[in-house]
Amino acid sequence: MRKLTVGLKRAALCVAVGGMIGAAGPAFAAGEQFVPVPIYRVGPYAAGGTGIFGGMMDYMQMINARDGGVNGVKLTWEECETEYKNDRGVECYERLKKKGPTGATVFHPLSTGITYSVIERATADKIPVISMGYGRTDASDGRIFPYIFPLITNYWSQSTAKIKFIGQREGGMDKLKGKKLVNLYHGSAYGKETIPVLDIQAKKYGFEVTHIEVAHPGNEQQSQWLQIRQIKPDWVILRGWGVMNPTALKTAQKVGFPADKILGVWWSGAEEDVLPAGDAAKGYIASGFHPSGTDFPVIQDIQKLVYGGGKKGNMDDPRRVGTIYYNRGVIHGIITVEAIRTAQEKYGKKPLTGEQVRWGIENLNIDDKVLKRIGAYGLMPTLKVSCLDHEGGGGVKFQQWDGTKWVVISDWFQTDQSIVRPMIEDSAAKYAKEKNLAPRDCAKEAAAEGKKKS
Amino acid sequence: MDWQFFLEVLIGGLLAGVMYSLVALGFVLIYKASGVFNFAQGGMVFFAALTFVSLVERGVNFWLAMVITLAVMVVLGVLIERIVLRPLVNQPQITLFMATIGLTFLIEGLAQGIWDAQVHGLDLGIPDVPVKVGAINISQFDLFASATAGILVLALAVFFQKTRIGRALRAVADDHQAAMSVGIPLNHIWAIVWAVAGFVGLVAGLLWGSRTGVQFALTFTALKALPVLILGGFTSVPGAIVGGLIIGASEKLAEVYIGSSIGLNIGTGIENWFPYMLALLFLLIRPEGLFGEKRIERV
Repeated sequence: MRKLTVGLKRAALCVAVGGMIGAAGPAFAAGEQFVPVPIYRVGPYAAGGTGIFGGMMDYMQMINARDGGVNGVKLTWEECETEYKNDRGVECYERLKKKGPTGATVFHPLSTGITYSVIERATADKIPVISMGYGRTDASDGRIFPYIFPLITNYWSQSTAKIKFIGQREGGMDKLKGKKLVNLYHGSAYGKETIPVLDIQAKKYGFEVTHIEVAHPGNEQQSQWLQIRQIKPDWVILRGWGVMNPTALKTAQKVGFPADKILGVWWSGAEEDVLPAGDAAKGYIASGFHPSGTDFPVIQDIQKLVYGGGKKGNMDDPRRVGTIYYNRGVIHGIITVEAIRTAQEKYGKKPLTGEQVRWGIENLNIDDKVLKRIGAYGLMPTLKVSCLDHEGGGGVKFQQWDGTKWVVISDWFQTDQSIVRPMIEDSAAKYAKEKNLAPRDCAKEAAAEGKKKS
Repeated sequence: MDWQFFLEVLIGGLLAGVMYSLVALGFVLIYKASGVFNFAQGGMVFFAALTFVSLVERGVNFWLAMVITLAVMVVLGVLIERIVLRPLVNQPQITLFMATIGLTFLIEGLAQGIWDAQVHGLDLGIPDVPVKVGAINISQFDLFASATAGILVLALAVFFQKTRIGRALRAVADDHQAAMSVGIPLNHIWAIVWAVAGFVGLVAGLLWGSRTGVQFALTFTALKALPVLILGGFTSVPGAIVGGLIIGASEKLAEVYIGSSIGLNIGTGIENWFPYMLALLFLLIRPEGLFGEKRIERV
């Protein structure tokens, strides 16, 4: 009943202060580093928005509380509601880009659509954009996209790791020959992104792939799954988002397709994707670049310093700390902080501009030693970014839903860059030609950098 | 041609159509009594389901939560009538329609403000697994949903035909001014009909929520109901059911036999626009829908 009262009070508060939100933002002190938070707290994808940005803000709050900021420079942030809409995302970008003493440090769009919408603006404004595990895949070529960082693994790389996983499950890559796969994808730019790379792999390994689209939002999939039953595939790749995921799992059960032969992408692999499906999700496998759970020193520090003693963190429901989305948010925080730390080594321990932090991201080297220092060993893969490679060479793990929690069932799978990199370079070159852009000369830049140091 | 597969697609489509009809019924009720196309019906489905599931998650008994949610929907209906519709009596219909668009965003925001914007699982205890009927697989849950829709339509038919309030509702639907002149309180009737639409929204929300999880995407169910309404007619309860069956079956058959690689292979994912195309074609032939009332105006 107390929770009910809290809910009603919250509603009253919403009405009372609703008009004031956005009218006045927080004031920023001169010695602070500003990070925009283009969150989505409402709308169909709010679970992802609140979980990921909640985790990121908690991490930054913990760094301020535990370390007094990054080398003494306090982190500040301001939320802006995008509702996962492109126009709102651009509006938030414009509203927040000049906040703080040095402007926006780095922009996390948390939406492939918003990423596409801000690429040219951010490049012109010299503000780096991190689209971790989403966004424009060919932006991995840093020579053409100096300010865009689709870190850890882009969609194409992830797809190659998935095929490797299926190969391993089938007893070797040679056993893929003659197998049938269905790619059940969301009818959006995000959903269609992996069709070409799957076709190339199908040719390389000799399996057959059928692409079946599910129209947005994906809350009805009867005909798609009946087709799948007709095709009798060995595996179904689920490339869903939001309501499409539980609906897919439920409909698969309805037509008798086994959940442990469905392999989801990481936007189909959160607790919110499986819980509504109930027993239908048991055994379902999804890829991910991090596990869930709180058994990591960094998460425990957050629990102690941000939520300890009844304090209120950035999650409305503290029970979500340690969930998939939350941990992904913490990784967003870690990468933001480490990029600032790296940039500080070159530019000094003071608030930095977006351009300076861009250098920090491009020179990130998060190895096992760094991961152990920050208490995130096992939480995320190692990462080494360069002028040429804005992806950073991360790995992919696979996890299985046991009915109550995700259980990691594999070690890090490396991606197949022999397939992905030529595709990226080809696509990026086309973009450069279309926009009349001259590619950066990474070797020349590295030499100039070396000369300055010596 | 694999006839067994064809039958499965057809039956699956018909059963999916029943789910669309459930949402369409809410639209029909309000349109019938007030001539208002209630754009907020999808929001009401979401609001009802989220209220119910949030109460259950807070330890309220299933049936008690149902009663409380129903009471909340009645209060919401009465408030909408008092605050939004009453001041707009005698305004052009487009004004009322615009008011319901505003109402949509208000209800959606209110639901997420009072409760939360998270995804909630909802188990009604009806397994969504196939049962064999001859050589055909049919979902148990779909059969349950169809039975529920059937009972709902019967109850509404009895309500409209056999009760005093029902007769008053029909009188109001036929002619507001004539109904008022014989002493039927228009405001009360509107409040009742919004409350009944709230109840229908609750039933639709529970069934849809049980299948997809209770989440914001429930508001999109309204989009599935629109072609059903165009086809069945905005003023007919049986029309909502028949329209739902036609839309459900045709969109599934189109997806499989026109869109997919099994059929003509014009591209998958056509089931979002196909029902609208069908509804548009229907508009050209019979603008009032299959069961809608023919509008004759003397000039």
